[in-house]
Amino acid sequence: MTAEAPAFVAVAVVLLAASLGVVLTPNLFHAVLYLAVALVATGVVFLLLDAPFLFGVQLLLYAGGVVTIVVFAIMLTERLVGASIRQASRYLVNGALLSVAVFVGVVSFLVQMPASAPRPAWAADLTAAVGRALVGPFAVPFELLGVLLVIALLGALYFARTEG
Amino acid sequence: MPLGAYLTLAALVFAIGLFGVLTRRNAVGILLGIELMLNAVNINLVAFGRFHADLGGTIFSLFTISITVAEVAVGLAIVIVIFRVRRTIEADHLDLLRG
Repeated sequence: MTAEAPAFVAVAVVLLAASLGVVLTPNLFHAVLYLAVALVATGVVFLLLDAPFLFGVQLLLYAGGVVTIVVFAIMLTERLVGASIRQASRYLVNGALLSVAVFVGVVSFLVQMPASAPRPAWAADLTAAVGRALVGPFAVPFELLGVLLVIALLGALYFARTEG
Repeated sequence: MPLGAYLTLAALVFAIGLFGVLTRRNAVGILLGIELMLNAVNINLVAFGRFHADLGGTIFSLFTISITVAEVAVGLAIVIVIFRVRRTIEADHLDLLRG
């Protein structure tokens, strides 16, 4: 438990720096690489929250899947354009003001929160508990999720197909 | 660390992602901002679940992660189609439906 605080601070710094990199760097490809760092840092936050299974899911699906897809899309559009995609931002002041306002709004709720109790005890084997829940009370949403993934796959194929 | 620390971290990441969505002109850049915001929500779900010793937070974030992946696949397919048709992925140039 004593190692948690410095680990949390380190992960938070990495996560916030990578997030700022995602939204501020002009090169879109670099933005995706920063996103990969931010997603892995989020996975480490899950580890700190005693959810190693989610850490694995995060690495496989987000850092592995999403980043690969986005890199593919950028490579494809870059090759079609024939130039490295630079991107400008607009409405910087307005965007910053609105983001800060949202953050202040959320934090004003957080400070009203009563001092939190220490962590309660937790299932020793989280992965087994998650597996049992997925085929128990959450079986129907789990099946629907499979249907959704098939639909998304077919939809993406339909959009991306070439004519003829 | 207390629950508030995790929630504050998630709120910061969410605000940064919102800033990206609002300021990026490129459609892929906007998608990256949405990814950050969804990620922040996942941190909230897992943190609440952990501090209430409830498995629901873990299960919910499992579902949101999967759905986000589907969303990114479809979103990027749409971006590629738009690029094929219009030769641009600048969100400002896509005003075909402007009244």
